[in-house]
Amino acid sequence: MISQLTVFIENQKGHLAKVCRTVADANINMRALFLADTEDFGIARIFCDRPADAALALKDAGYRAKVIDVLGVRVPDREGGLAELLELLDKHGVNVEYGYCFSLERDYAIDVLKIDDESVEATLIEAGYSLVSDEELYQA
Amino acid sequence: MSSYYQPEIETMPRDGLQALQLERLKALVAYVYERIPFYREAFDAAGVKPSDINALDDLSKLPFTAKQDLRDAYPFKMFAVGRDDVVRIHASSGTTGNATVVGYTQNDLKNWGDCFGRFLVAAGATTESVVQVAYGYGLFTGGLGAHQGAEAVGCTVVPMSSGNTKRQVQFMKDFDTDILCCTPSYALLIADTALEEGFTPATDFKISAAVLGAEPCSEGMRQEIQTKLGLKMLDIYGLSEVMGPGVACECGCQKGLHVCEDHFIVEIVDPDTLEPVPDGTWGEAVFTTLTKECSPLIRYRTRDITRIIEGTCECGRSFRRIDRITGRTDDMLIIRGVNVFPSQIEEVITKFDEITAQYQIVLSSKGPLDHVELLVETVPEYPFDEVRRLEALRKRLAAELKSNLQVSIEVRIVEPKTIVRSEGKAKRILDLRERG
Repeated sequence: MISQLTVFIENQKGHLAKVCRTVADANINMRALFLADTEDFGIARIFCDRPADAALALKDAGYRAKVIDVLGVRVPDREGGLAELLELLDKHGVNVEYGYCFSLERDYAIDVLKIDDESVEATLIEAGYSLVSDEELYQA
Repeated sequence: MSSYYQPEIETMPRDGLQALQLERLKALVAYVYERIPFYREAFDAAGVKPSDINALDDLSKLPFTAKQDLRDAYPFKMFAVGRDDVVRIHASSGTTGNATVVGYTQNDLKNWGDCFGRFLVAAGATTESVVQVAYGYGLFTGGLGAHQGAEAVGCTVVPMSSGNTKRQVQFMKDFDTDILCCTPSYALLIADTALEEGFTPATDFKISAAVLGAEPCSEGMRQEIQTKLGLKMLDIYGLSEVMGPGVACECGCQKGLHVCEDHFIVEIVDPDTLEPVPDGTWGEAVFTTLTKECSPLIRYRTRDITRIIEGTCECGRSFRRIDRITGRTDDMLIIRGVNVFPSQIEEVITKFDEITAQYQIVLSSKGPLDHVELLVETVPEYPFDEVRRLEALRKRLAAELKSNLQVSIEVRIVEPKTIVRSEGKAKRILDLRERG
């Protein structure tokens, strides 16, 4: 599993900027950011070095911020790559709450999934998937 | 231009009216001193005896009565008559602490009916009129107060109570309703429903007047109600502690609310110093009941903000007028005619472990209707990572509020710092409603 920084943000002008500034002021570098938004609020899911420090900095600044464990899987950069992964999870009865992809290297994408059953990690490894760890991600 | 229900009283010359008030005031102070221990103690503590009251100005020697005093007297300690003389009880919403219980004797009900009846007549009511009462019936004084007023005048009463709005519209049309009695916001809902149903009530319906109260009504809202329903709206004032609707009401001139001064003495005081303010100056309305037998009150602090309108009214009534109520000094909210205490909202919030006790209520006007938004924060440990979970929490809280308060409140989950923390009394309410 990998650590994802999650921040609750009101869906209002300038709020995301303030979150990013708070993270930057703590000398933390963000590598990826994904937003889930509703009419009233948004949830920012962030990959950055030192997510725990970032969460602390944000909490001090008055935000709701948390480090959450999510699954990071390397998926070959070709047609059907994500579909096969999701089908496998489905076959094992694992529910995906949300997911997104990003790419740091050329040949594969990293699919990030919030799942309700962590034990599926072994199954994925068995099926030949390579999981991403915090170390790899934050040193990459 | 105006006809009267009790012309000899409503147009009584001021000196005669004041003589009547003084006579009744003297009898009242002796009555409460003798019958209600609370007043005996309060008078004694203030060092005033009933015999000290020899002029209307002496009223200021008497102690005030506060809402809390009535709560403390729960249920019947403030009753001045025995149970056999009490014919009705009303109570104001008392979800926070004890309800405020008010009793009525037969005479009290008759006087109440007369007070309300005066203003139905001012609105044009005759024995021929059909009066549709769409206030809630029950412990709330709106429904039965209007009902009694209409019966006193000899109108045909349609006791609809509130709710079932399509049927309100249907009956309004089919029964040829002349006068509607309800809250302003409900009148507007009825008007909008009629329009949605394809009617043009302003021209299709016979209705010619509405006597609306129990919540503040801006001039803009009045205009909208009048235009949509094609009628004249009179703003009626009252509170259950003092009697119910009919303590004061507008006449056809719509230039202030005439206080039924044969039954009540109104004072306007500075809410901080409690000193009476000059006519025309805004302050807190304080009422003394002159004729009530069961639940008489000396200088009851309403916390409603108004002022005396100087001069005489063109309608010929000699009763002095108060201005439209602009607000309350305490925190009770009247949202679409429903009384809501912030503490009731707090009570619901505190049942949710996921939510902190930091909250703020934002009132705004969405068109003519009140819009209520509740801002809340999740507790730090709450797993807010999933949109679905947050939405579910929001909906659950909204549903719980709706079922507890009978009023729709939009819940918004906000960032912790959005709700300003206070070191003293928290500012729980942000009232952005337009006052017309």
